[in-house]
Amino acid sequence: MSNATNDTQEKSFLGLLLTAGCDSFPQALWRSLIAAVWFVFLTFPIMVIRVNTIEHTVVWHWQRMGYVAVGIFFGSFVWRWLLARKELKKDAASRESKAESLLTRIQNNPTSKYLLLALIALLAVAGPMKFSLFGSKLQLLNLYQTNIMISCLVYIVLGLGLNIVVGLAGLLDLGYVAFYGVGAYAYALCNMHWGVGFWAMLPVGAVLGALLGLLLGFPVLRLKGDYLAIVTLGFGEIIRLVLENWGDVTMGPSGISNIDRPALFGIKLGIIGSTHYMYYIMIGLLVLTIFCVNRLQNSRIGRAWLALREDEIACQAMGIDKVKTKLMAFALGATWAGMAGVVFAAKTTFINPASFTFWESAIILSIVVIGGMGSIRGVIAGAVILILVPEYLRDFAQFRMLLFGSIMVVVMVFRPQGLISAKRKLYTYQAKPAGAANE
Amino acid sequence: MREIVKRILLAAALVAMLAPSALAGGKLLLGVAGAHSGDLASYGLPTVNAAKLVADKINAAGGVNGMTVEVVAEDDQCKPELATNAATKLLSDGVKIVLGHICSGATKAALPIYLDGEMVVMSPSATNPPLTQSGEYPNFFRTISSDDAQASLDVAYAKTLGLKKLAVIHDKGDYGKGFATFAKQFLDADPSMDVVLFEGVTPGAVDYSAVVQKIKSAGADGVVFGGYHPEASKIVMAMRKKGLDIPFISDDGVKDDTFIKVAGQYAEGVYASGPKDFSKNPLFIEAVAAHKAKFGTDPGAFFPEAYSAALALLNAVKVAGGTDYAKVCEALRTSFVDTPVGKIKFDAKGDAEGVGFSIYQVKGGKYVQVQ
Amino acid sequence: MEYFLELFFGGLTRGSIYALIALGYTMVYGIIELINFAHGEIYMIGAFTGLIVAGLLTMLGFPGISILAIALVCAVIWAAAYGYTVEKVAYKPLRGAPRLSPLISAIGMSIFLQNYVMLSQTSDFLPFPELVPKFGFMKHFGSMLSSSELVIVVATVLVCVGLTLFIKYTRLGKAMRATAQNRKMAMLVGINVDMVISATFIIGSSLAAVGGVLIASHIGQINYYIGFIAGIKAFTAAVLGGIGSLPGAMLGGLVLGLTEAYATGYVSSDYEDVFAFCLLVLILIFRPAGIMGKDKIQKV
Repeated sequence: MSNATNDTQEKSFLGLLLTAGCDSFPQALWRSLIAAVWFVFLTFPIMVIRVNTIEHTVVWHWQRMGYVAVGIFFGSFVWRWLLARKELKKDAASRESKAESLLTRIQNNPTSKYLLLALIALLAVAGPMKFSLFGSKLQLLNLYQTNIMISCLVYIVLGLGLNIVVGLAGLLDLGYVAFYGVGAYAYALCNMHWGVGFWAMLPVGAVLGALLGLLLGFPVLRLKGDYLAIVTLGFGEIIRLVLENWGDVTMGPSGISNIDRPALFGIKLGIIGSTHYMYYIMIGLLVLTIFCVNRLQNSRIGRAWLALREDEIACQAMGIDKVKTKLMAFALGATWAGMAGVVFAAKTTFINPASFTFWESAIILSIVVIGGMGSIRGVIAGAVILILVPEYLRDFAQFRMLLFGSIMVVVMVFRPQGLISAKRKLYTYQAKPAGAANE
Repeated sequence: MREIVKRILLAAALVAMLAPSALAGGKLLLGVAGAHSGDLASYGLPTVNAAKLVADKINAAGGVNGMTVEVVAEDDQCKPELATNAATKLLSDGVKIVLGHICSGATKAALPIYLDGEMVVMSPSATNPPLTQSGEYPNFFRTISSDDAQASLDVAYAKTLGLKKLAVIHDKGDYGKGFATFAKQFLDADPSMDVVLFEGVTPGAVDYSAVVQKIKSAGADGVVFGGYHPEASKIVMAMRKKGLDIPFISDDGVKDDTFIKVAGQYAEGVYASGPKDFSKNPLFIEAVAAHKAKFGTDPGAFFPEAYSAALALLNAVKVAGGTDYAKVCEALRTSFVDTPVGKIKFDAKGDAEGVGFSIYQVKGGKYVQVQ
Repeated sequence: MEYFLELFFGGLTRGSIYALIALGYTMVYGIIELINFAHGEIYMIGAFTGLIVAGLLTMLGFPGISILAIALVCAVIWAAAYGYTVEKVAYKPLRGAPRLSPLISAIGMSIFLQNYVMLSQTSDFLPFPELVPKFGFMKHFGSMLSSSELVIVVATVLVCVGLTLFIKYTRLGKAMRATAQNRKMAMLVGINVDMVISATFIIGSSLAAVGGVLIASHIGQINYYIGFIAGIKAFTAAVLGGIGSLPGAMLGGLVLGLTEAYATGYVSSDYEDVFAFCLLVLILIFRPAGIMGKDKIQKV
């Protein structure tokens, strides 16, 4: 194996691309040919034949067969090359990628760390502002971009919240969207009936989320792994169905409109003003979330979660209260979803149950896993990819979701541990002078 | 006199072309927002096709006041949060006239943004009554009538059929449940008719035999259904297969040729309310022919309404001589335009005048207007 | 009483469909512990292939029952091919990866396949011809049970019995059980694990395709989105019965189908899914490994 590795490393980039994963070029050619033929067979009925069973006519799209054949033939070279590259770098990948080690180096040096943080903060604050530089007008984010940035920030907060449950405590939750929905509905209903403001509801949303998290946590304490997943999925669906069917209270499927946007010291802002205001609120909320999650991660309870994730029985043997720890994970994770829900309702000014389907839970979970479980930087990267990419793929019109699905598969196949994987904290003890050790 | 007007218009057009506004480069952007992917894409994509066809037609005839029409399609998957993204995208792109959205919920979420950006919105399919009746959105227009008008027509028709005990079924959706609730209100108000069952079915469920058994055991002599054609065809087929041969009355979500295609022989006799018959309208025939020529298929749901909306919007821009918000709204309210759904203009609230509903029945594999 | 029986047969049919799809879920889960979210999409692709083949054959003037047979065979072939390919492309490179990564890959695959079919075929609903002939003797059942419903129930029972015997007595079945118990050990005794996993996907996908064609012919319409809800329900059924257990999947499907039917019949169909999921939560609280599942003894 090591011999082969050395051989392939010596080959040029092109040579590797042409023969990756095979002994020789003819073999690679052969394999690509087989792949192309296989996919032509595979896609034949669905892509080529279009039958109209009413008028009894058939339309044949033979040219599509050619596209598939050519696409797969060349694509398979790239696929094998990427797989071989992943195999080659397996040892390196399990340690750190280049970008990660750069981040680590920056983080270890206080000056560069604070410089970087300051730069990010400056960019974030200056984002939606207009200012002129050397005579030319400059604006980093226009209104649309600010708007999708807000969505992205909401999803980062959701991802960080779910990260506590899935990434740290290792409890697979497929119904996370329920807490998000409850937060949103709490604000919408209180605002509609009693005119309660945004700032008053933000903490209420958080508390409601936490309470609901406890409520869900109790019955599922005994369940493990995928049984837990399906029960949480069911829980999410139950909440959504209740929102949909309990029309007297929740206004049913027609939803609640005209929810107030947050007012700045009692002043109502226009669409541009309030979008910018919302953006800064989300930046603030995100900083708070990152601070809290970071502190939690390194706290006693955070380490208990990690232990619970690794091995429940050993964890109990070490004297960790399993019930308390699990419930804390559910409650603290749900808190952020409740808050994000309040922000969501205030941002869109209209909510209906269609926003809180299972797909939403799946997307939030994907953010956590694609980013890298348990890693704050990873979750941010995951949210940026999964929320901003579909928005920028709008140019591809109807191919948008097709590309989105394939990107999810490709990212997972080539970086199964996530984009930025979590790093366990290392404690290094330096040997003390001999005198101290002898005591 | 006419010469002067022409010159003024030409000058205005030139100024509009030169001005570095939304009409940059002599282009008129027509935003199209709606579900272009996801489970409701089949309702949104025909609208995009309609907009493209109208744009082609107008461009071939020299454009609107010399500007070429360009279609900007934005997907919202009928989800409110994506609808606001699509709306701000259109606002940022400098679009002034929007054809959309498809679902009432998404429309409600997006409208405040359009209102703030002074953009004119026209939906081919958002039938929720408050959108126009509340008066909150002066920039909103639609080429389809609202749900309550339909529900009252359907209930009145059920009465002429002599039905006494009605089962009201809906698909739990915004549109279907809204329609069903109105229908129930009208039925409750009428002492001669009873609602024996009011239930929602889960869209996309594997089958509906249990609901059909329930309708049967409730002793209903007629069914009023609110929702779209996939659920309607499943319920009708299950009813007929179980030997339940009572009248089935539904809304314009069902008055779609796909319903007849899918339900086949079982569709015979089904009643559905829909926009007044325009199948002999030459513009409609032309639009369908153009769709077949360009896309090779029959147009889908809400295609004529979307085609008409696009024509109405572009005509308003032409009459107003530009995309000025107040002028375009004024033009929509005052000048008639010939469209596939008839000669229309809009009332003060934004509903189209000259668009109304009538009842259709499936006879011989076609919807035939009932007199 | 008649009403009760009518609901029973409705629930039985629905439950059988869930069971057919759930068998595929359970088999895959048993072997590689993956919730294969793309399984519902395979069911949808099977139904579409069946529609295309049936459409072509009708045009060529084949007689009724042979269309059903050929459409079923073709649907099974292509669905199996898709299942095999999906495993090779999206799951095989992820062996040994963190446990949740294949799950996300599966969700991505499901989105991809849905949009692939939507773009290649249509976003509209398509009518599906009635392939199952009307049996004369079904007249006695009146409106309770139609022939296509009978075919679905019988096919499910046959498939389940056949599969159980297959797993129990054939060489491949034994290899599957061995791989499910302990993959490393199976490798050591000379079982080709890759082949066993591929076979599992092929069998599971074939069953889904059978379900797809039968149910599409029963309800008479399909579109690209039908796999999603059926998939979620089948997954629920598989967990309810105890994931990894074949009779469990069958039982879980039936329990779920009957619960939904009776919830609709006696309470309200507004809340049928609420009842189904509440039942799931209740059963799992008292039997955390499902009805037929075995509690794994956890070792430290």
